[in-house]
Amino acid sequence: MALLTATNVRHCFGGLCALADFNLNLETGELMGVIGPNGAGKTTLFNLITGVYRASEGSIQFKGTELVGKTPHQITALRIGRTFQNIRLFRDLSVLDNVRIAHYAQADYSPLEALLQIGRYRREEQRIIENSRRLLAIFHLEALAGETAKNLPYGLQRRLEIARALAIGPELLLLDEPAAGMNPNEIDLLMEFILWIRKEFNLTILLIEHQMKLVMGICERMKVLDFGETIAEGPPEVIQNHPKVLEAYLGEGPVG
Amino acid sequence: MSEGIVYWLQQVLNALQLGSIYALIALGYTMVYGILTMINFAHGDVFMVGAFFCFLAAVYLGLPFVPTLLLTMLGAALLGVMIERLAYKPLRHAPRVSAIITALGVGIFLENFTLALAPYPKNIPMLLENVTWNLGGVSLSSLQLIIILLSLGLMFLLDFVVHRTPVGMAMRAISWDKTFVPLMGVPVDLIISITFAIGAGLAGAAGTMYGLAYPVIDPYMGIMVGWKAFISAVVGGIGNIRGAMIGAYILGGVEIMVAAFLPSTYRDFVAFTLLLLLLIVRPYGILGSPRIQKV
Amino acid sequence: MKSALHNGREWLAAQRWLLPVLLLAGFGLAFAIPEYNLLNKYVQLVVMYVGINIILAVSLNLVNGYMGEFSLAHAGFMAVGAYTAALLTMKVLPVVAYPALFPVAILAGGLVAALFGLIVAVPSFKTRGDYLALITLAFLMIVKSLIENIDYIGGPRGIPGIRRMTTLPWVFFWVVVTVWVVRNFVYSKYGRGVLSIREDEIASDLMSVNTRRVKFLAFTVSSFFAGIAGGLFAHLLQFISPRVFDIIKTTDILIMVYLGGIASIGGSILGAATYTVLLELLRPSTVAALLSWLPAIVFEPLNEHVIKHLGVWRMVIMPLALVLVMIFWPRGIMGLREFRWFIPKRDLEAHHRIAAREEKHGAPHGH
Repeated sequence: MALLTATNVRHCFGGLCALADFNLNLETGELMGVIGPNGAGKTTLFNLITGVYRASEGSIQFKGTELVGKTPHQITALRIGRTFQNIRLFRDLSVLDNVRIAHYAQADYSPLEALLQIGRYRREEQRIIENSRRLLAIFHLEALAGETAKNLPYGLQRRLEIARALAIGPELLLLDEPAAGMNPNEIDLLMEFILWIRKEFNLTILLIEHQMKLVMGICERMKVLDFGETIAEGPPEVIQNHPKVLEAYLGEGPVG
Repeated sequence: MSEGIVYWLQQVLNALQLGSIYALIALGYTMVYGILTMINFAHGDVFMVGAFFCFLAAVYLGLPFVPTLLLTMLGAALLGVMIERLAYKPLRHAPRVSAIITALGVGIFLENFTLALAPYPKNIPMLLENVTWNLGGVSLSSLQLIIILLSLGLMFLLDFVVHRTPVGMAMRAISWDKTFVPLMGVPVDLIISITFAIGAGLAGAAGTMYGLAYPVIDPYMGIMVGWKAFISAVVGGIGNIRGAMIGAYILGGVEIMVAAFLPSTYRDFVAFTLLLLLLIVRPYGILGSPRIQKV
Repeated sequence: MKSALHNGREWLAAQRWLLPVLLLAGFGLAFAIPEYNLLNKYVQLVVMYVGINIILAVSLNLVNGYMGEFSLAHAGFMAVGAYTAALLTMKVLPVVAYPALFPVAILAGGLVAALFGLIVAVPSFKTRGDYLALITLAFLMIVKSLIENIDYIGGPRGIPGIRRMTTLPWVFFWVVVTVWVVRNFVYSKYGRGVLSIREDEIASDLMSVNTRRVKFLAFTVSSFFAGIAGGLFAHLLQFISPRVFDIIKTTDILIMVYLGGIASIGGSILGAATYTVLLELLRPSTVAALLSWLPAIVFEPLNEHVIKHLGVWRMVIMPLALVLVMIFWPRGIMGLREFRWFIPKRDLEAHHRIAAREEKHGAPHGH
């Protein structure tokens, strides 16, 4: 069954369409990549899925639930996690709190229970702490739980952002240029890492990349965007030699 | 002319006078906001100190109108630059709220410092011979005319400086981009100081004219006038110089109309309700444009 | 040297059992002091003002510090609470059992203020920063002019002759309730939501935080306690008028919050106490009393030329001090830090427990 479908999605700012006639069919468990040059509409796609923008036309459905018209926190609570192209951690908060905040929708207690410390409050808070520490341990960040997020080195910040997105308990994970600012060696490690979290957390992953190497290496299927239009779709082998893709990437050398 | 028209024309004149004073102060708010994205809460008090400078120049130095005006503007400009250098510059990279709190602190300081030196309200002497003309029932005083024309003149001068000179271009560049413009060789610190000097100088001019129109001045007079001027800047679209002028005349007009029909206690109520409604309907003001946040 | 001090602080922070003991002792004192006149009336009064200001600062910190907004409306909420409570005790409650219902009046003041807080929260959904500051300012001014224009509640003249019913135990009680509730809020999912809104509202929303709900809650809790403080204030000062609750009052509270430090309950307590006591200490009569031991030949000229003029100059010194604090500690003295006693044990442990167990299988290293 398709986990995420997009049908004829269009989003325009004024007269300029960042995304036009976009269709997508993402199967459960799939790892799919969306590539395209800067300004091709990739991040717009994520913002449409997660409700930051509201699509001008078309429909986006997650497990049969319409997402267009829902707010970001409603959509996230359906268990869609995401990261950001330019890391957006809660910089002045602790590593632990960054992960705990993402438990908001799962924490099952009312304001009154929180203000008076009664009912489900203590049990739920304890559960959130346990789960957060479990995630931090998995990502080798447990010893840094009390550290302020902005003090982490760049690589660890990226890792914390993924841990935070996983705290949502996602079925679908959206990764926005996870390889930004990495050298080829680091990209190899990242590829291994993404495959590992997919297995470990039973994820379906949709990933945006600017760099071809990562996408070609791990994605089963790819979509290529240019100026908001889908110009090619298929497995990496097909994309690699697609004439329109070569044209869009002209000057970036041979793909792969 | 019929009595109705005369009455309305009179109100329009009054509105122009009040609006001109608001506009001169509003420009300082909007310029500083444009260049530093900071609300300079002390600006209303700079206007108040300007009125006291005017008092000092007129009474203790016995100067006539034009030198008084120039001296007041110069004094206020110096005060503005001093505030910027001593209080705001160290905070340019601190959290924004610290700068706002500092501005509030500077404002309270100016009020109470003036109060400590001048415990009783002061009277500004008549610096100009006030002639009143009767134009078909509408009375126009020379003072009113001078206030309106002088304010308009200063505003056009400022508009020219901002849109047609290298300094103005640098100001607009800094307000547009704070990361790369300094790398282009624009002397940011100097331009910011000039901005404060011009804004404060205009507030000084406003202080003088206010003092001539409403001769009793006291250390707390800057609070409410300052807020009103600030509302004007927001109504017009903060950061936008022409917007500030338009906003000031709108607010002046509304206040005069309210005073004409309702008890004077409703004036602030209407002004702030107007602000509230506008902020809800069109938060970026009449000439401002919405800022789009990038995700 | 430093480590001895550090160790001392660590030791003290670990003695959490002291907190309930101190609370009980505090309550005992709050009853005993007025009963046996352990402190003179003036000092008692100052202590009560400190308490009321703590309630105001802690509650404002929720919106201005933790959430990072810049609300100027606090004196407006305070006015709503003060007028509601005062009207109840003067016009309604005398008919029923009178002093016993004082807490009901105070509570009603808090609830009505909270209702206004709900209204002010609505514009905060769409607006942030400077524009929200303006909206809250407009709210404050509108409340003030409305009160001025309603004759039934005294108009610009205000309400004189309110019975003095605020006592030391009541102030102490409400301070404890405020600190406890705000602390519970801050260390719950809603409090973390508030913090994440300050850091990055869009990311917060995308991490499943219902930002509207969280803002509603923050404004409601904050304005509720401002209303409580207003009621207590009215029944201590025994006179209220619109002028009591103007922008200057808000500025006072802002100074306490930012002096003490943003996002810190301990900081707000410290800020409120320091500011209130300093202002009192700089009063001519206090300074004269404190220095009266000096020989007359020194005291007389000092009194004549300096002390007598302090009344004006203290309001010059205080804002200068504030500006200096902002330049050297832009986040306030305790900004983003907290007394450990106020942090729930669970939170402390979760942050500081050393990685006791390495997970059997972790993610691949590197990247």
